[in-house]
Amino acid sequence: MTAPLLEVTDLGVSFPHAGGRHRVVAGISYALAPGRTLGVVGESGCGKSVTALALVGLVPAPGHVEGSIRFDGRELVGQSHAAWRALRGADIAMVFQEPMTALNPVMTIGRQIAESLVLHRDGMGWREGEREAVGLLEAVGINAPRDRARAYPHQLSGGMRQRAVIAMALACGPRLLVADEPTTALDVTIQAQILDLLQDLQDRTGMAIQFISHNLAVVSAIAHDIIVMYAGRIVERAPVEALFAHPLHPYTQGLIATLPDPDHRVARLPVIPGSVPDLDTGGGCRFADRCPRADAACRIAEPALVEMAPGHLVACFKAGA
Amino acid sequence: MARFILRRILQAAFVLLVMSFVIYSLIGLMPGDPIDIMIASNPGATPELAAALRKIYGLDQPLLSRYGHWLWAAVQGDFGYSRLHSAPVLAVLAPALWQTCKLMLISFTAAVLLAFALGIVAALRPGGPVDALISLFAFAGISVPVFWLALMMILVFAVDLHWFPASGIATVGDGSIRDYARHMVMPVITLALAQTGGFTRFVRASMIESLRSDHVRTARAKGAGEGRVVLVHAFRTALIPVVTVMALNFGSLFGGALLTETMFAQPGMGKMIYDSILGNDYNLALTGLLFATLVTLLSNLLADIAYGWLDPRITLA
Repeated sequence: MTAPLLEVTDLGVSFPHAGGRHRVVAGISYALAPGRTLGVVGESGCGKSVTALALVGLVPAPGHVEGSIRFDGRELVGQSHAAWRALRGADIAMVFQEPMTALNPVMTIGRQIAESLVLHRDGMGWREGEREAVGLLEAVGINAPRDRARAYPHQLSGGMRQRAVIAMALACGPRLLVADEPTTALDVTIQAQILDLLQDLQDRTGMAIQFISHNLAVVSAIAHDIIVMYAGRIVERAPVEALFAHPLHPYTQGLIATLPDPDHRVARLPVIPGSVPDLDTGGGCRFADRCPRADAACRIAEPALVEMAPGHLVACFKAGA
Repeated sequence: MARFILRRILQAAFVLLVMSFVIYSLIGLMPGDPIDIMIASNPGATPELAAALRKIYGLDQPLLSRYGHWLWAAVQGDFGYSRLHSAPVLAVLAPALWQTCKLMLISFTAAVLLAFALGIVAALRPGGPVDALISLFAFAGISVPVFWLALMMILVFAVDLHWFPASGIATVGDGSIRDYARHMVMPVITLALAQTGGFTRFVRASMIESLRSDHVRTARAKGAGEGRVVLVHAFRTALIPVVTVMALNFGSLFGGALLTETMFAQPGMGKMIYDSILGNDYNLALTGLLFATLVTLLSNLLADIAYGWLDPRITLA
């Protein structure tokens, strides 16, 4: 196995809340190697997006990041604004959920792509950058890229916009692409195209991808490894095959059970009862209230991530049972 | 674009035509007419003389036919004579219009620039001490009446400190630009401050929203510096609603200019229209009000053009 490009250790993000600090995510640890894709799955509000923002140093104020993020051996947490700026868009690029709002409505597509180049490449001018943008648009499968480069975001379809956003992220040849729900706002057929595109681009460039989605089915289509998050914690981490073959955490099992199976039509799709707790619930497993297997012990101490099989970690007292 | 402007100009012409009739009728409906005022100062005047004068001036004819005559002359560029000034209306109007336009344009530009600076700075840290200070200033600007502000300026900067002249547009016998400029300072500041408050609040609100938008986050994710993020990405999109409000506001400046001109005794449009209505100077009042209408229409047109230019999603057709 190659040396990891990204090593996250005990990452936490906290926000001031009611006089104290509320930790929205805590104890996040994982590694990501070049050419690999890590899927991060969880319900809305489980902290996947804020984890992604921490990777590019964009956790909104007054949020505070603690722990360690090592990128290519370099510690990112606590580095200067200038160092973040030099890294963002160059080595670590991000793709956001809403391609309509993520693009500047009053700037042409070509110029927005060129901006990354102008910002990060020495001696790159706007004219040259916009010329290169046409090539990037072509690389992400956009027809008539010359015309599209001159177009404004509202003149493009949703799928084309997301391709443009990806072209923008890829402009400087990043080694890590953080994609936060990049397909969620798109039609199902377009979703598949974007997933293919990302996979294809990874094959060509060897970049690492951290792919975030609430949709386990989408993640499983692209990821090599999967992290399942619940209420700001990692509850299970495993290679994709192992996760689907032997899901260990009751939450993961619930997620997999809720996936529609075309071979077995049911009147009502199964659901996991309850919803993600809002705030720190004190001690105990955060999933206990919704867990079919929880007992008194689960409400006292929080389970730690334990390696149950090679590369397969789970945070549950009942996982072995 | 050219077709859009042409169509808007035609529309404006139609609005002006309608407005000219409305204003003409309103003035015609005012109690008394110029002849009443003319004979009032002449103790020897008889009703017969008044009737004869009315006939000469055409005031004995019905309103509609008088309007027809006026309109026919007006489209040929003849707006008649000012009774009060004994001079052609345009000759009276031109210097007043120039004076008012100078006051409006300079104070408007100053207000816009100041509001941009204050609004952007306030939006950087909403709720912070700088924002609180700027919001207080903006609120004061909105609440303080123009006439009070003008009086205070005169009291402090003219009476006490002798920095600027209290009134007029020039010192007699001194024709230098410096002298004209000194006379403009206080009216411009007064009128500018009256608008800055509202504008600042608009810029601040629009910038706060814009700074929170996804595309600004994208710009940050690209590695753009804070200056570029704020001034290029956030400000450009924040401008769209702001410019519309500002341009629409330009027409209403006329009202503010009237007060300012009165306080600083400047011979502008506001004072001229006011005097002409009181003095039953039909021609001058009518033409003056039509020019005020024209300025409003033009500022609306400019707002639309600016809107289309700023926002590529809007096509003017």
